[in-house]
Amino acid sequence: MTKKNLVAITGNDAAAYAIKQINPDVMAAYPITPQTDLVQTFSEYVADGLVNTEFVTVESEHSAMSACVGAAAAGGRVMTATSANGLALMFEIVYIAASNKLPIVMPVVNRALSGPINIHCDHSDSMAARDAGWIQIYSESAQEAYDNIIQAIKIAENMKVRLPVMVMYDGFITSHGIEVVDFLDDKVVNEFIGDYKPNHPLLDTEKPLTYGPLDLYDFYFEHKRQQAEDIKNSKPVILDVAREFKNISGREYKLFESYKLEDAETAIVALSSTAGTAKAVVDELRDEGKKVGLLKPRVFRPFPYNELAEALSHLKAVAILDRSDSFGAFGGPVFTEIRSAMVEYGKMPENINIIYGLGGRDINQQDLKNIYGQLGEIVETGKVGDRIQYYGVRE
Amino acid sequence: MTVHKKSGWKDIPKGGLIVEPGNSEKYETGSWRSTRPVRDDNKCTHCLICWVYCPDSSIIVEDGKIKDIDYDHCKGCGICAVECPVNAITMKNESEFRTEKGEKND
Repeated sequence: MTKKNLVAITGNDAAAYAIKQINPDVMAAYPITPQTDLVQTFSEYVADGLVNTEFVTVESEHSAMSACVGAAAAGGRVMTATSANGLALMFEIVYIAASNKLPIVMPVVNRALSGPINIHCDHSDSMAARDAGWIQIYSESAQEAYDNIIQAIKIAENMKVRLPVMVMYDGFITSHGIEVVDFLDDKVVNEFIGDYKPNHPLLDTEKPLTYGPLDLYDFYFEHKRQQAEDIKNSKPVILDVAREFKNISGREYKLFESYKLEDAETAIVALSSTAGTAKAVVDELRDEGKKVGLLKPRVFRPFPYNELAEALSHLKAVAILDRSDSFGAFGGPVFTEIRSAMVEYGKMPENINIIYGLGGRDINQQDLKNIYGQLGEIVETGKVGDRIQYYGVRE
Repeated sequence: MTVHKKSGWKDIPKGGLIVEPGNSEKYETGSWRSTRPVRDDNKCTHCLICWVYCPDSSIIVEDGKIKDIDYDHCKGCGICAVECPVNAITMKNESEFRTEKGEKND
């Protein structure tokens, strides 16, 4: 265990500090609310000569991800960061980064996608990118954002994986809120991530090769099948990296976090900062003798369907919270995937989907108490009512 | 890693990378040709004008003489037949050379 190095800092500055310690070869990024101060703080590190990073000030996010793909193909350790409409603008190249198997790491500071235009937190941006072939890790706090960004480098660059990773944290709530974060020493981070060894660098002129050739019906399908396998195989690597990270930090990470879930009768499933609020509510309700718990998914891609379904299987009722909608679908993305996983597992507690917090609509402790209350009623009466609910919207 | 037409997903380079330089020759691109050039060796003077004009480098020349046409890469554009000064090249319907299943019959 290392000594504590506690700092009061925003989520964005904690993320920028992680990137400073990682010291990537190239960072190509475009500022967008609420990610802006991450890039601003990092650009100060560049200006002050505290990193060796080639910082590329691109003219758009499409160019940011394009520059990242080029730099990663050339053989560099490459990072960027974005939010919402920025992620949407780089979408074409986001897919290309994954299909070219380039281990780029990108914090995504969650913000609602336009329109109408909105700068506050929801998960519609990263959820829209869930099928892009990137590993997706969600963070509850500034500490988790910092820890996950450092782990993401080691996951992405593992030779069995070699895939890009998105690390999410909530816009404004986490990105701009000040929390106490325990930073690791530079040396500890450097030893943890190690030197980057590119797999097929374009700059290796001894071994000329081609990235991104035309790939039609005769091979495209096989390349997609490889991607499916590689992201599936990243699951044990993510767990290995988490174990190693615990050794240097004392902080434990898994595919998801269970909070007072083992003996719970009802539970909420919630990503990111909402899970922090839910923990306080769980404590309060436990004091009143109510058997409630929480499950906070951390790794959404690869989706740990069997583990999640098993962890929820003993419950009588569960509310699955989605901070984004999948318009026209049977509920939000977290709900549809967990419900599908529970069907496959063979044990499905009664379940409801709470779509909440779109465009930064606040969710507080009383809201979560109401949802636990609703679960209690479902258990008592056996009646579900509306399975898919828009919570907190004005009727 | 030798890649061929029937290679499975476990047996090809990842990420769509081409790791063997100059292997485009092995990728047969002439399959969708609808007409093919057929050269009459008796008329041909080996002036090599067709070799100069062919956009797909499909005129095979050896020792200064035209030896053959590379039907694996010829798209059947017909430029060679138009440019030939002695009308030694005729464009013929591809159906004369293939079965109904599209397999070559030559």
